Amino acid sequence: MTINVTTPLTKEKSSALCAGDIIAITGTIYTARDAAHKRMLEDYERLGYFPFDMENAIIYYAGPSPAKPGEVIGSAGPTTSYRMDAYAPFLLDKGETGMIGKGARNAEVLDAMKRNGAVYFAATGGAAALISSHIKKAEVIAYDDLGAEAIHKLYVEDFPCVVVVDSLGNNLYESEKAKYRTL
Amino acid sequence: MREIETAKITEAVKKMCIDANYFLNSDIYEALECAKNNESSPIGKEMLCQITKNADIAKANNVPICQDTGMAIVFVEIGQEVHISGGSLADAINEGVRQGYTVGYLRKSVVSDPFIRVNTKDNTPAIIHFNLVEGDGLKIEIAPKGAGSENMSKIYMMKPSDGIEGAKQAILDTIEAAGPNPCPPMVIGVGCGGNFETAALLAKKALLRPVGSHSDKEHIKEMEIELLEKINSTGIGPQGLGGKTTALGINIETYATHIACMPIAVNISCHVTRHAVCNL
Repeated sequence: MTINVTTPLTKEKSSALCAGDIIAITGTIYTARDAAHKRMLEDYERLGYFPFDMENAIIYYAGPSPAKPGEVIGSAGPTTSYRMDAYAPFLLDKGETGMIGKGARNAEVLDAMKRNGAVYFAATGGAAALISSHIKKAEVIAYDDLGAEAIHKLYVEDFPCVVVVDSLGNNLYESEKAKYRTL
Repeated sequence: MREIETAKITEAVKKMCIDANYFLNSDIYEALECAKNNESSPIGKEMLCQITKNADIAKANNVPICQDTGMAIVFVEIGQEVHISGGSLADAINEGVRQGYTVGYLRKSVVSDPFIRVNTKDNTPAIIHFNLVEGDGLKIEIAPKGAGSENMSKIYMMKPSDGIEGAKQAILDTIEAAGPNPCPPMVIGVGCGGNFETAALLAKKALLRPVGSHSDKEHIKEMEIELLEKINSTGIGPQGLGGKTTALGINIETYATHIACMPIAVNISCHVTRHAVCNL
């Protein structure tokens, strides 16, 4: 059964989600990947604010391909999350409640998630054309010079993902791997 | 001596960059279809369904299968009786990449320096491997490769005493460490032998071989079969969400090596393992 989640992802909503839940997100999410994360933290240090409101925000680790004429966005699947591990704890402490990506996270991120009641979602890596069909509006709101790595504000409808790590620290990657391991 | 115009090369490279990124090769598609029927994990099965549905959408709409349209890896086999006219062969290939990534709305994912990291905005330079062969043919093969899986690849400078069992364990360790990160189901290219750089190049070339094919060497074929079974018993599964489809295939290539050496390179690729080929 699919659980519908709307943004902003308040802590009340995030704490109700469990590892293994199949999710459809509707609302506003923000793309940011390697270079955008680095710059967001540098900017915060210098200016004291982020390019968008971090409180209850969901960040999607993605760098879309260019939109064809008449299209909202190009293909837009998730990138591997661990490269954002160096930056994620800081953002989680500043109000971010959801991250969408793919792949494992380190202990610091998992601790920061628990501390802040945040959730980590996985979108299907490589299913970029399918995912794009759920993106209804896209606008670059910061760091345009970074090209694909610019921060995009997206409006998504029924964006498909799975809760991999919930706010209590339950980890679907670990539990499912153990279930099917026969080695 | 046979003349080949650079303009013809540029045009072919441009088309291959686009085609490789829009259309999933039939060997991968068929392997995915087959895996769907065998997968016992419900989430794993759902992931495989999304992956083939995605390939269908990309093909129907002429859009990239994955947003990471990669760096363009180009393998050139040029006959020694070929003369390239109209400019440099490398420039002609890079121009094809530039045009393909621009008119095909493919992502520009190349930065000019590993530390300064400024995007070159046209996905050049390509990584080009030249190989001089007999005859008057020109074969160009393009394999755009994303970085999520590339980052999970490893090279081991093993000792001869580690033997084939040591090599198998190193390959398995690489897959276990990669886990969900390289977008499983993976395709795995392995290079055994040569030296440091040859093993890595062999591993990359192994990815050009269709999944489901096997080495001509009996002991290597056996190694491929045994390792695929083991990899699919790790439990990692599609997208790392559990199941028995962790890899669609493992291709191993070998080369002669030094009496002191046993290099093993493992190049991990994802379910969007792409390549296009043309003979000019």
